[in-house]
Amino acid sequence: MSATRQIDRGGPDRPVSTDVNGAGPVPADQVQRSRSSRPVWDEEPTPVGKGLKGLALVIICAAVVVPLYTIVLTSFSTQASITRAGGLVLVPGELTLDAYRQVLSGGVVTRAVLVSVGITTVGTAVSMVVSVLGAYGLSRTGSYGHRVILFALLITMFFGAGMIPTYLLVSSLGLIDSYWSLILPTAVSAFNILILRGFFMGIDGSLIDSARIDGAGDWRILAQIVLPMSKAVTAVIALFYAVGYWNAFFQATLYINDSTKQPLQVVLRSFVLQGVDVPGSVDVGSGQVASLAVQMAVVVIAIVPVLMVYPWVQRHFASGVMIGAVKG
Amino acid sequence: MGHLARLRRDRSLLLMCLPMLALLVVFAYIPIAGNVVAWQNYSPFVGIRNSPFVGWSNFERVFADPSFWDAVRNTLTITAFQLVFFFPVPIALALLLNSVLNTRVRVAVQSIVYLPHFFSWVLVVSIFQQILGGAGLLNRLLAAAGFDGVDVITDPDAFLFLITSQAIWKDAGWGIIVFLAALAAVNPSLYEAAAVDGANRWRRMWHITLPALKPVIILLLILRLGDSLTVGFEQLILQRDAVGAGVAEVLDTFVYYRGVRNGDWSYAAAAGLVKGLVSMLLVLAANKVAHVFGEQGVYSRR
Repeated sequence: MSATRQIDRGGPDRPVSTDVNGAGPVPADQVQRSRSSRPVWDEEPTPVGKGLKGLALVIICAAVVVPLYTIVLTSFSTQASITRAGGLVLVPGELTLDAYRQVLSGGVVTRAVLVSVGITTVGTAVSMVVSVLGAYGLSRTGSYGHRVILFALLITMFFGAGMIPTYLLVSSLGLIDSYWSLILPTAVSAFNILILRGFFMGIDGSLIDSARIDGAGDWRILAQIVLPMSKAVTAVIALFYAVGYWNAFFQATLYINDSTKQPLQVVLRSFVLQGVDVPGSVDVGSGQVASLAVQMAVVVIAIVPVLMVYPWVQRHFASGVMIGAVKG
Repeated sequence: MGHLARLRRDRSLLLMCLPMLALLVVFAYIPIAGNVVAWQNYSPFVGIRNSPFVGWSNFERVFADPSFWDAVRNTLTITAFQLVFFFPVPIALALLLNSVLNTRVRVAVQSIVYLPHFFSWVLVVSIFQQILGGAGLLNRLLAAAGFDGVDVITDPDAFLFLITSQAIWKDAGWGIIVFLAALAAVNPSLYEAAAVDGANRWRRMWHITLPALKPVIILLLILRLGDSLTVGFEQLILQRDAVGAGVAEVLDTFVYYRGVRNGDWSYAAAAGLVKGLVSMLLVLAANKVAHVFGEQGVYSRR
């Protein structure tokens, strides 16, 4: 993938791509490595060594998968199965959708999901527009004001203003209890912009030059040449931003006091960690659904969007994205 | 070319930078200036403009405050502990994964271990509570096997272990990305030549693989040291109540509780400013050290 090659300038001396699904073309040196057969010079490992390695891999994967499995299973279990198990369910018993029906029937959790979806969508859109424009605007060394603007961006990576002055500013802008307080202060990530910029700078200059000779301005070059060539990196950065907005928790506890505007992570915290029965979210009277099932259903709802986007973007995680970025 | 001509030539580029600059000025630079409250006796009722200046007294209070130094100590303890018990994990994982020849297995394991990086801290802490908490899965299995229960979540002595295992669960998998990249860049013929010369797999790892990882390890180590004063803020604030401020109060939570919770704005701003400045110096120093080691560091002049 030419994309990952170019972005990798800051990293190891050879271009690397962890195009893990093997979906895209892989650099030649990796093709050899990815064959499953053992090279002739390599000795066969001992059976014990092989066994230990396999065991280690199984334990590592289980450490991630088993907690997720039992949480998902519990969220679909009836009160009877949960009582029989004494808590989280490991062996499937009777299954039901009641927990989800209850949680998504229009209470606090439903509203929180909508709030989080809204913030994530709008926030990612704002961040991407600002970042792509900024990254392209900074991608030509020697352009007017280039050094000053880049420096202004870099400083924010080394010195953060701190929580108190930022809080005082947000509050004096009247953004307390406004959804914008969850978007605007974190909309620009210097790190992400530098990744994009590094990528844009790696695009073959002759393409851009010939477009310019043909009379294309920078806006057209960005829209018709640079962006179409940067789909992978743009997708990864959009994922980074989206995950950031979806997962943001502390911002909301700082800036949102109105309980009807809380995003999902805050509700998840009070519901699962603090064990608070969020008013209106659970029909206490019926007592049909295990509160543990309901709690786990909220956990699952918080995970699902990540799981949905993950496979799409995961194959683009290029090693170079991480390393190349940190270089100014 | 004159300024005006260059300005005209690059006006679309500048225009593109404008939204970014506006957000930076408002949400990064104005708050930096807002740190003047650290020299004031700030009151939200009169605002920054009318709050009286009090010189360095807030800083004097910070430095004379034992609970500030407790927070510093907790922060550094966590950093040191995680340097020993978290930092090497991704390296070991990367070596393990790199030794797996079957591509399918490798890809599958990678996809699984990267995943928790994208979960929120609320989620990770919730999951740990369900598994390790007093009424959690672990205790149930222990009780079923006839052992006494342990409550890792509320035990201050186990707190370092708890937060470090959470950090490993969430981020160790993601951390292997850079190491795998460095490993993939090793020329396979080096291994072949070493094998022909009679080096077994451990000697090959020692003489080829580890030297290939050294630059990345040094870079990440230095970055982590530069970031010593920052330990998972959301992670800690979520668990501070369960385990108590005695072990869970770090600099960032200290600033939050003093400022936002207790309304001692100027004092908290002073503490936060001290932390910010020291952090910046540490990062710059770390970068210097990286250059001395001949590495690229975080930034380099073009």
